[in-house]
Amino acid sequence: MTSIEVRNVSRWYGNVVAINDISMSVGPGVTGLLGPNGAGKSTLLHMIAGFLEPSRGEVTVAGEPSWRNAGLFRTVGLVPEHASVYAFLTGAEFVRATAKLHELPDPAAAARRAIAIVEMADAQDRKITTYSKGMRQRIKVAAALVHDPGVILLDEPFNGMDPRQRLHMMDLLHGLGAQGRTILFSSHILEEVERLSGTIQVMVSGRLAASGDFRAIRRLMTSRPHVFLVRTSDDRLLGARLIGRPAVTGVELTARGLQVRTSDYGTFTRELAGLTRDAGIRLRELLPADESLESVFAYLIAS
Amino acid sequence: MSGIVNGTVARITFRATMGRKRAFLFAIPPVILLLVTAALKLAKPERASWPADILGVFGFSVVLPLTALVIGTSVLGAEIDDGSIVHLLATPVRRSSVIITKFAVAAVMTMIFVAVPELLAGLIATGGVTRLAVGVFAGALAGSVIYNAFFVMVSVLTTRAIAVGLLYLLVWEGLLGNLVSGASELSIGQYSLGLANSIARDPALNAHLTLTTVIVGGAIVTVAALAVAIRRLGAFSVKGDAA
Repeated sequence: MTSIEVRNVSRWYGNVVAINDISMSVGPGVTGLLGPNGAGKSTLLHMIAGFLEPSRGEVTVAGEPSWRNAGLFRTVGLVPEHASVYAFLTGAEFVRATAKLHELPDPAAAARRAIAIVEMADAQDRKITTYSKGMRQRIKVAAALVHDPGVILLDEPFNGMDPRQRLHMMDLLHGLGAQGRTILFSSHILEEVERLSGTIQVMVSGRLAASGDFRAIRRLMTSRPHVFLVRTSDDRLLGARLIGRPAVTGVELTARGLQVRTSDYGTFTRELAGLTRDAGIRLRELLPADESLESVFAYLIAS
Repeated sequence: MSGIVNGTVARITFRATMGRKRAFLFAIPPVILLLVTAALKLAKPERASWPADILGVFGFSVVLPLTALVIGTSVLGAEIDDGSIVHLLATPVRRSSVIITKFAVAAVMTMIFVAVPELLAGLIATGGVTRLAVGVFAGALAGSVIYNAFFVMVSVLTTRAIAVGLLYLLVWEGLLGNLVSGASELSIGQYSLGLANSIARDPALNAHLTLTTVIVGGAIVTVAALAVAIRRLGAFSVKGDAA
């Protein structure tokens, strides 16, 4: 069963296109929405949660349109990134109030259960003002879980968390996904998505760049052409040697050094040391020229 | 389904509004009103209409609208500003219930901070339960309702609610209300004064409208403002990161 269905959705602000014709289906389990900052991940999540109207296209959750549909939140839990929490309440009061807003039959019990899931029982009677960022994030997750939703949307849930809190949150989301819930979370950090989800949706500049199994996409990412900047005692000589190697697809002499293109990351990096030693060239510097996440994503769009 | 007023929303709204430091601001105008009234009472001014001047002119053109402005724009506007409204809207609570509850809390708080002090000041100024004291009390109760419906609407429509509200008070009610006779028929201040005057019957209150106009106009403004606010909150949008 597909829980979230996004069909040909675009969203623009004046002349700026934030989301460009995206279609995706998200089913039970954990799905990561990966992309660099400003790719439109939050915009898409907000449209799925009904907090933004698509300029074009349609978003449905569990078969219902999400825009102008407050009833949607009976089956959806949302953990927003920026929204501040009612800091004057204690954690327990906040989660209990949310339970009451959902009109649950036993709000106190539901709140206790949700707080236990995020392991915040010890701090639940402290005011939210005194919480660390990670604790705030967890209490927001508890509030989003209090009505036992089948679909949970999280916007950058790991932001501001220390490594231990991250691991805990990952375990938590993994467990929720294993229970058959549909978990969709956004992140701009590859490793977070890698650890947590088998399925990913990659967004770049408002478009869906890749979609599907993480390992396949990861392979695509590592087998793409790489560009290195090499500085040596004799760039021209090294360039002549390199162009004879099958793993090298291009060499260019530049003012900053030798720019080398390779189609095979592993082979090139293994061969380079031996090649320079045999030619009697001194290797001064070796820099990956395009390792930013943006360039990885840009490659994904092109392929 | 819950009733129109949601108890949980009301409690959170009340705590949020009273917990902010500006809650102290709410208490300043009524305290000034009471102090000035008491001082005038002791000074025994020669002008016989002084109770209507202080209760009507100061009370209805300064204390009532400004207090309603601050309270009415903060019950919902503060949550929209800091984004915490998302937690409330990410629940199935009906948007109409959110608006009505926020409005009700604002109206009751304004009644406590303005209508009750107006009654007390009226009792002090006129030395007992007079038509003027009861009239300004009733007028301030009505004003608390209509002003807050209007200011809650403004706070949903714009993030500069205080500025827009002040502009309305100064330009529409203050300037045009005195220069253009038609403007007073769409003036919440005049609705409040009109109701006060229907009981007090005091020309010094400077009320221009008949009771019928006041009731019909006040009801239309209140209902229309709340309807617009409900409709707008139903389409509440989070500002996207690409915006």
